[in-house]
Amino acid sequence: MKTLMGYIAGLIFGLGLALAGMTDPARVLGFLDIFGAWDPTLMFVLGGAVVTTFIGYRLVFRRERPMIGETFQLPTRQDLDARLIGGAALFGIGWGLSGYCPGPAIASIAGLTAPLFAMLVAMVAGWFLARAIPARS
Amino acid sequence: MDWIASLQGLIGGVMIGLSAVWLMATLGRIAGISGIVGSLVTTLPKGDSAWRVAFVLGLVSGPLLLMVMGGGLGNVAGAPGEVVGSPAGGVGLMLVAGLLVGVGTGLGSGCTSGHGVCGLARLSPRSLVATVTFLACAIVTVYIVRHVFGGGA
Repeated sequence: MKTLMGYIAGLIFGLGLALAGMTDPARVLGFLDIFGAWDPTLMFVLGGAVVTTFIGYRLVFRRERPMIGETFQLPTRQDLDARLIGGAALFGIGWGLSGYCPGPAIASIAGLTAPLFAMLVAMVAGWFLARAIPARS
Repeated sequence: MDWIASLQGLIGGVMIGLSAVWLMATLGRIAGISGIVGSLVTTLPKGDSAWRVAFVLGLVSGPLLLMVMGGGLGNVAGAPGEVVGSPAGGVGLMLVAGLLVGVGTGLGSGCTSGHGVCGLARLSPRSLVATVTFLACAIVTVYIVRHVFGGGA
C-alpha cells in the first residue's frame, strides 16, 4: 500500500514536470537568464506548485496523522547555518550550469543521453560526498 | 510571451503541488526529490526504501507516459513534439554540475522541490533562505556563462 502511494506520488510529480517543461534544460536556463531573453514559464510552475501545496497542506494537517504511518514527518529546525546556505549556493551553481535540479534530472531518464547519465552519476557521488562532510567542521 | 507554455507550466506546477499534498496525506512525507532519492541511494533505510523506489519509478514513468501517448503534451522550448529536452552541455560540464547539485542539495538538505515547493508552502524560514540562495546563485551562474563569457549555452 505504502509502495503504491509512493508510486502514484512519483507518477503525478513526473507528469507535472514533463507537462510544465521542467524536463527541458533550455526552459529552465531561459527562466534563470533574467538579463537575456527571459522565459517566464518556470514562474508559473513554481507559483502553481507552491500555492497548491500551501492550500493542500493546510487541509491535510487538519487530520492528526497521515493515512499510513504514525505522524507527519516534518523538519523541525529553524536555525540558519553555513551548511544550509553553502549547500544551497553550490546547488544553485550546478543548477545554473546544467538546467537540471534533481527532480527533472531523474524524470528525464525517459530520454536518457550521455550528458544526463554523467549528471546523474555525479549527483549520486555528490550525495555520498555530502554525507562524508561532518556536520560541525 | 508564450501563453500556451505558461499555461502548461501552471498546470504542471499544480500537479507537482498535488503530488506533494498526496505524499503528505498518505505517507506523511515531504516531497523533496533530493531527500527521497538521496537517502535511498546513500543509506537504503530499512522498511523505508520500497516507497522511495516506487516514487522514483513513478517519476520516470510520468514523462515516459507522455512520450508513449504522443500528442505533443510536452513543453520543450521550440520542439512541440518532444517531452524531454536536450542537455545544455557535454559530459564534462554535466559531471561538474551533477557533483555540485549532489553535494549542494546534500549539505543544504533539499532542492527545488523540498525547499522551493514544500518548504515555502510550510513557510519554513530555512527553506526561504535556501530557495533565495540557490535561485540567486543560479541566476548569477547563467549570467556569467551567457553574458560574461558569452558561451551561449
